[in-house]
Amino acid sequence: MRPVIKTDKLTKRFGAFVAANELTFEVEKGEIFGFLGANGAGKTTAMRMLCGLLMPSSGKATIAGFDVYTQTDQIKRRIGYMSQKFSLYDDLTVTENIRFYGGIYGMEIKEIKAKTLELLAELQLEKEAKTLVRDLPLGWKQKLAFSVSLVHSPDIVFLDEPTGGVDPVTRRQFWDLIYHAADKGVTVFVTTHYMDEAEYCNRVSIMVDGVIAALDSPAKLKKKYGYDNIEDVFYELARKAKRSE
Amino acid sequence: MKQLLVFIRKEFLQVFRDRKTLLMLFGLPIAQIVLFGFALSTEIKDSKIVVVDYAKDETSTQIITKIAGSRYFDVQQSLQSTAQLEAAFKKGIIKMAVVFPANFSKDLLHTNHATIQIIADASDPNTATTITNYITNIINTYNVQLANAAGQPLQIVPEVQMLYNPELKGAPNFVPGVMALVLMLVCTMMTSVTIVKEKELGTMEILLVSPFKPIYIIFSKLVPNLIISIVNLFIILILSSVFLDLQVKGSLLLLVFATTLFIVTSLSVGLLLSIGAKTQQAAMTSSLMGMMLPTMLLTGFLFPIENMPWLLQVLANLVPSRWFFIIVKRVMLEGLGFAAVWKEILILVAMCAFLLTISLRSFKIRLQ
Repeated sequence: MRPVIKTDKLTKRFGAFVAANELTFEVEKGEIFGFLGANGAGKTTAMRMLCGLLMPSSGKATIAGFDVYTQTDQIKRRIGYMSQKFSLYDDLTVTENIRFYGGIYGMEIKEIKAKTLELLAELQLEKEAKTLVRDLPLGWKQKLAFSVSLVHSPDIVFLDEPTGGVDPVTRRQFWDLIYHAADKGVTVFVTTHYMDEAEYCNRVSIMVDGVIAALDSPAKLKKKYGYDNIEDVFYELARKAKRSE
Repeated sequence: MKQLLVFIRKEFLQVFRDRKTLLMLFGLPIAQIVLFGFALSTEIKDSKIVVVDYAKDETSTQIITKIAGSRYFDVQQSLQSTAQLEAAFKKGIIKMAVVFPANFSKDLLHTNHATIQIIADASDPNTATTITNYITNIINTYNVQLANAAGQPLQIVPEVQMLYNPELKGAPNFVPGVMALVLMLVCTMMTSVTIVKEKELGTMEILLVSPFKPIYIIFSKLVPNLIISIVNLFIILILSSVFLDLQVKGSLLLLVFATTLFIVTSLSVGLLLSIGAKTQQAAMTSSLMGMMLPTMLLTGFLFPIENMPWLLQVLANLVPSRWFFIIVKRVMLEGLGFAAVWKEILILVAMCAFLLTISLRSFKIRLQ
């Protein structure tokens, strides 16, 4: 099977500072790929390069078979993105948000309407269709934001610390949504601070000082470093970090 | 194109949902015009004036009777000579003096041409203009009657002299001034705030990851503001016509064209400010401080630019509203055509092109 994300020595420099250094990895279709790292380790930089928000300094990368240097338009059509900042318009209703995001991806009205009903049913938000997003509880907003990032049926969805500030129950529900999407064949690329979430991923990579220090399934990583949980593995690696924020 | 419409629709939804912004958008011009309008439009009745009649003939007496008979004037006393005028004005009661020269009727009959001197206290410029207009009207009406009766054109020319403030700065200029101020403020603030809002919310990132082009984002932000501002323009024009009896004398088309140009210039300024600002608060403050003060001070409708120190005069040339103000004054108040304002329009076009280019460019750099 061809990997959905494939990078080869992908590097980003800001002047003399190397934010992401020779990242090489592959992500398979339908995989949930966790991207771990302390603040300033280079996670966001890496993700931004993959989304086409940042031009790499050197190295290669393809997303869904398209080159990040030259084919950003095709890439953008095939990816969804949810940032750590909450990313819906809070002065628009639930339906209006879905319609807007569907619309800017060029979806037909009919298609958007069908998708809206489907999303609302999945999130059990039918009653809140006409509620302003600002009046929804945070957990619901977060779930809605995730669903909206999938509205145009992307191949890959990038989630940048999607569960920040959400209670454990909602986080659990959020991960149910992620699994559900992955089951349907969507590749999920997720950065997180929560180590219990790392355990939910098929594979995780741990970034330290701009390089990938470890990359494997949670089980294998724990075995390799001889710990019971990913958290200890992470600390072991992160402790070696020389640069701070 | 369809994506663009979706975006513009969303912008309108957001504008109309935000009551406070809406109130500011449409309340501001209305409040300004009504406020200024009522302050200025009140009729001035029973102004106290003095008459110096050196002629003491039939014509001068007739004119004095007409003036005294009008509801606008209250002839206080007749003075023997102009030497007494100064003292009369200094008391502050007298608003105007009318002086008939000694050979008034003789001039009129022999040369068909005579003058009346009108001296007004222009320390209050609004009153001075208004009452001199009243008296000029009275004299003109009398002129017509006289000419009809005599069967030949006889002309009495009122020679108006404004005391204390001969340039009459600041009188009917406020409508163009308000237009410049309101449009500048609304356009700049609205644009910078809506763009910064997307950044603050994090929605900007989502938009940039989507196939929606950054240039379209800007365009969709500018279109609603442009439309709203043009609506604002017409509100101002209608209000000033209804309340102030101030119609557009020149070409409406030219005025709308110049205004659109000014609006786009202001929108570009807003765009530029949004690039530097990180929060909506900062965007708001920088547009208020950065735009409102220079617009108020350096446009020329509150303070005459010619009287400023040279440094400020140079700075004033950089303020777009200064040129817009001149255009509106000429087109709207003086009824002049394109030939009279092409230079100012050219300056605005240049400013607009310059601002739009650098703001679009720096916007791109930020996103890269």
